[in-house]
Amino acid sequence: MPATEPAVAGGSPPPASPTSAAAPAAAGARAAGRPGLARRVVARHGHPREWVWGYLMVAPLALGLAGFYLWPIVQSVYYSFTSWGAFGGQQWAGLANYRAFLSDPQLPKAAWNTVLYSLLLLASIPVSIVFAALLNQVRGRSVGLYRTLYFIPVVSMPAAVAMVWRWLYNGDYGLINYLLSLIGIHGPHWVSDGRFAVYAMALVGIWAVIGYNMIIFAAGLKGIPRHYYEAAELDGAGRVRQFFSITLPLLSPSIFFVSVITVISGLQMFDYVLLMLGRSNPALADSKTIAYLFYEYVFLDNEQGMGCAIAVVLTVVLLLLTAVQFRLQKRWVHYA
Amino acid sequence: MTRKLSALLCAAALVAAASACSSSTSAAGGGDATGPVTLTYGIWDPNQKPAMQQIVNAFEKLHPNITVNIELTPNADYWQKLQTEAASGTAPDVFWMSTTRIGLYAGQGQLLPLSGRSGFDNSPFPASLNSIYTVDGKQYGMPKDYDTIGLWYNKKLFDAAGVKYPTASWTWQDVIDASKKLTDPAKGTWGIASPDWTQENLYNDIYQAGGWVVSPDKKSSGFTDAKTLAGMQYALDFITKYHTSPTAQQMTDTDPSQLFASGKVAMFTDGDWDALTYKNAPGLSADVAPLPAGPQGKATVINGLANVIYARTPHAAAAWEFVQFLGGRQANELQAASGAVIPAYHGLSDAWVKAMPQFHLQTFVDQLDHAVPYPVSANTGPWATADQTILDQIWAGKLSLSAGAQQLKSTTDADLAKG
Repeated sequence: MPATEPAVAGGSPPPASPTSAAAPAAAGARAAGRPGLARRVVARHGHPREWVWGYLMVAPLALGLAGFYLWPIVQSVYYSFTSWGAFGGQQWAGLANYRAFLSDPQLPKAAWNTVLYSLLLLASIPVSIVFAALLNQVRGRSVGLYRTLYFIPVVSMPAAVAMVWRWLYNGDYGLINYLLSLIGIHGPHWVSDGRFAVYAMALVGIWAVIGYNMIIFAAGLKGIPRHYYEAAELDGAGRVRQFFSITLPLLSPSIFFVSVITVISGLQMFDYVLLMLGRSNPALADSKTIAYLFYEYVFLDNEQGMGCAIAVVLTVVLLLLTAVQFRLQKRWVHYA
Repeated sequence: MTRKLSALLCAAALVAAASACSSSTSAAGGGDATGPVTLTYGIWDPNQKPAMQQIVNAFEKLHPNITVNIELTPNADYWQKLQTEAASGTAPDVFWMSTTRIGLYAGQGQLLPLSGRSGFDNSPFPASLNSIYTVDGKQYGMPKDYDTIGLWYNKKLFDAAGVKYPTASWTWQDVIDASKKLTDPAKGTWGIASPDWTQENLYNDIYQAGGWVVSPDKKSSGFTDAKTLAGMQYALDFITKYHTSPTAQQMTDTDPSQLFASGKVAMFTDGDWDALTYKNAPGLSADVAPLPAGPQGKATVINGLANVIYARTPHAAAAWEFVQFLGGRQANELQAASGAVIPAYHGLSDAWVKAMPQFHLQTFVDQLDHAVPYPVSANTGPWATADQTILDQIWAGKLSLSAGAQQLKSTTDADLAKG
């Protein structure tokens, strides 16, 4: 699909990594380049040229990325075609892992759960926008306080978050069912009933991510010039019209960014399944995600090759989905 | 300012990662037991570390040329780390082993066989425990401690319902009758908690019914055997037939040992390891009795840890000296005095029993007579995980016991066939 790739490259804002800062310096050095390494590296006045500094500065990060991210990705792709012994010693297995994964009877349900969870997680976006807009109205010192309060779930350990919510969700003694009982509703076993567990986890996922999204939307709102609203008011536009005609279009780059990040993190959903449901739970069979299957294969069954195959499939799906998102954004994202 | 800071942090992270990689290589040293030798001893329980350190100190006194460093890795990371280290040749010289992993580690040549070494003596340990750590006729683990299962009961709830306390002569029917009398929906109390836990509940019932889990040749599983089914049916009936146990969902939301500790459940079959929890539970007045007899008599699952030697240790002779000491009388006495576990060494459990006089802990020791080894195979993990998922479905009522048993058998047999 050649059509997508230019869209990805064209649509994405320039990466804000340190590499881009070094690029102009390197280009300048290239223009003045002469034969001889020493003369290329060291300028006439005896100081190393600017581009050398540039590369030296990015070296720690670039080497770290290459060693701890890029190389493992290459290795994972290779290992996905092998079968592992529990203590090393891989054997070439061709496409066997991929075949076994794609014919795993658990896959359709897990894939659906993963998609469902990601879609539910997208509901955090309108909620976050509303909260961000409200926060934008607050003046004075309390802004910092509210921002911190909403951000606490983001910096909390997922394990701690899961523990607390597991307790809140308890079917017999949980706070949620207690509150429901006050209005005469007999609440279900949220995290041990297959019909509710995915939704219960999604609610926690939304709760946990609102703070992060809100900060991004709050920054986006700050970037909308005040006089647009003044002009709209003069033209007789009401609050609702202002929101849909000014706020939403001008916030669309932030919305786009958040939706991409949300889909990526949603498809990687794993921690709440393990921590809120646990390994022995009647709801588990109905609530497994793709990443949880990966965990089971690798850490419980010692099938590392299979785990790599799942990781590769998940990565490809994520890349395709992100490419589609970048392609669609042309229709609705407005860069002011 | 922020860029400088992040560059510094990156550099620091790199240095930390690099040094972490290089520090795990074990100390190379002189020849076996002649020159000074340093051994690494891998364990996972912080509560037992003081006792282990006392044992190490006593050992070092007897062997001045050998130093032992205890390497404590929390249980959550222990097996992952050990597996990686074993693959790269850097595992500890001596480390703790569990029954569910022995098949994998011994079968894949990661451990030194102990039987056949000079001075090897497994007679002080329960035979059932020795058998679990024997793979293909060779014993790889020196038993360290063991645990059995008992019938814990809440004295207050028994008194309130006017039911006599369980005794060694109880049968399944006695438990069923008592559970009915002890269940009080108005107060929210149940007669018994019967979860689909294998070691604490199901396996015991299966053996009491005369059933079996894994065949002696480790090639097939017995889940469709009529007697095995009878054992599982007994456990399941408390939920589906007598309604004297909380449901699977209730026991998922609230751990049954918590339900027992908080006085919501009158009876619960559980291991000796929860004695401390029940001792410290506020307002709980509990005790423990032997498991009841089933149609085929009495049975309790026995499980326990062992000390093993890494196959690629450069100090095999010194490691063997240390493991022999760990399996000796003195080390087991030190272990018993700590009160944390029942020492595997025969006749040394008194100190442990006396550590909590309010419970009849001797029950767990006396049940050795009916102990059945915890069922394992060459690679126990995969089928144990798969079985739990299927049992969860049966317990939640989504699968009938007979259909579920078929699934248990086919899944387990497929994993057993892989060896």
